[in-house]
Amino acid sequence: MAMTIHVDIVSAEQEIFSGLAAAVFASAAEGEVGIYPRHTPMLTKLKPGEVRVLKDNGEEEQFYVSSGMLEVQPHVVTVLADTALRAADVDEAAALQAKQEAERALSDKTDKRDFAEAQRELVEAMAQLRAIERARKGKGR
Amino acid sequence: MASGKEIRTQIGSIKNTQKITSAMEMVAASKMRKAQDRMAATRPYSDKIYNVIQHLAFAHPEYKHPYLQDREETKRVGYIIISSDRGLCGGLNNNLFKSVLKDIRAKSDKGMEVDVCTIGQKASSFFKRLPVNLVSQTAQLGDAPRAHDLVGTVKVMLDAYNEGRIDSLYLVYNEFVNTMTQEDKILRLLPAKPEKPSEELSHHWDYIYEPDAKEVLDNLLVRYIESLVYQGVVENIACEQASRMIAMKNATDNAGDLIDDLQLVYNKARQAAITQEISEIVAGAAAV
Repeated sequence: MAMTIHVDIVSAEQEIFSGLAAAVFASAAEGEVGIYPRHTPMLTKLKPGEVRVLKDNGEEEQFYVSSGMLEVQPHVVTVLADTALRAADVDEAAALQAKQEAERALSDKTDKRDFAEAQRELVEAMAQLRAIERARKGKGR
Repeated sequence: MASGKEIRTQIGSIKNTQKITSAMEMVAASKMRKAQDRMAATRPYSDKIYNVIQHLAFAHPEYKHPYLQDREETKRVGYIIISSDRGLCGGLNNNLFKSVLKDIRAKSDKGMEVDVCTIGQKASSFFKRLPVNLVSQTAQLGDAPRAHDLVGTVKVMLDAYNEGRIDSLYLVYNEFVNTMTQEDKILRLLPAKPEKPSEELSHHWDYIYEPDAKEVLDNLLVRYIESLVYQGVVENIACEQASRMIAMKNATDNAGDLIDDLQLVYNKARQAAITQEISEIVAGAAAV
């Protein structure tokens, strides 16, 4: 049997491919790489592009990867694919949005309150009213 | 004693509630199954990335990443707290919040300050009114969250760590043990500590890094943290559905018990009314 290498292609949400292959080709950050069994350990970033898996029966499967990481061990290749195209400024914008959400939630105390919170306040107010009533009855007698 | 009609209306309204709770139970059961599948689908990625991180611990990189090293003193800690968006799921969220608060209190007794970042509506409305520093929030991710929905929230905390505003980072979520049991879990994300390498792989070797070690490791560790958070979110959803299913099942059972009790009371009241009527008729007949 020809030498094979185990290939796993996974993204955070699901497993995309897992199986044996004769070789793997990917577009790494520094250029196209072809990986055959007993490759030296390597860790690299992937550029948007194709990952081709040449299976030992000669068939070829192609996957599109927007970005991610490629790990090579002598007998295992792992492609950690990102689910979406990641760029520094997109990440930055997302972080900013999450921050603003928090600020908005903290400052927004008057107009649009969510239902759950209103409900909680109602329960609190009712408990207070009951306590006042009880205190008043206690005094009356 | 309440009259027959009143009791009948009450029984009717409880029956309606019972219908709602049993429908919610069934919906939660089917959603739980889907959430469990999703949980299983995310596992390969987190396993693989954990393997790579562990390999890194075996390897002897010339560059030590700050995410993997303990800081000398911890002045400020960050929490990423995952909760559900909706209620009616038993004590799931409250138990989680209680254990976080205990942890936070223990930390602040030691003089540490706390930054909080919330994922989920319930957590954000809970921590909003506490005197903690809420730095970012995300909510309404739905039943099938995407991994990149969480990028922003995680980045806020990672940036804080990079800039030294926090010295360690914890993830708080519910762990899905089985349908009946969900356990609240507080997991340390940063500094990350992969388990001790086993002997067989600890001989000297290192990766070839492209383009260079720093860039690759930066990227990898950020993805690692994100995948842990994403998995926490997915797991928490499965917990939410399981917990809601159990809560609604209990509610349905309780409604059944209530109906049985009321039915007894109703029968008694009806019997009493009939007896009274008969005795009135008999008394009337005797008077004639």
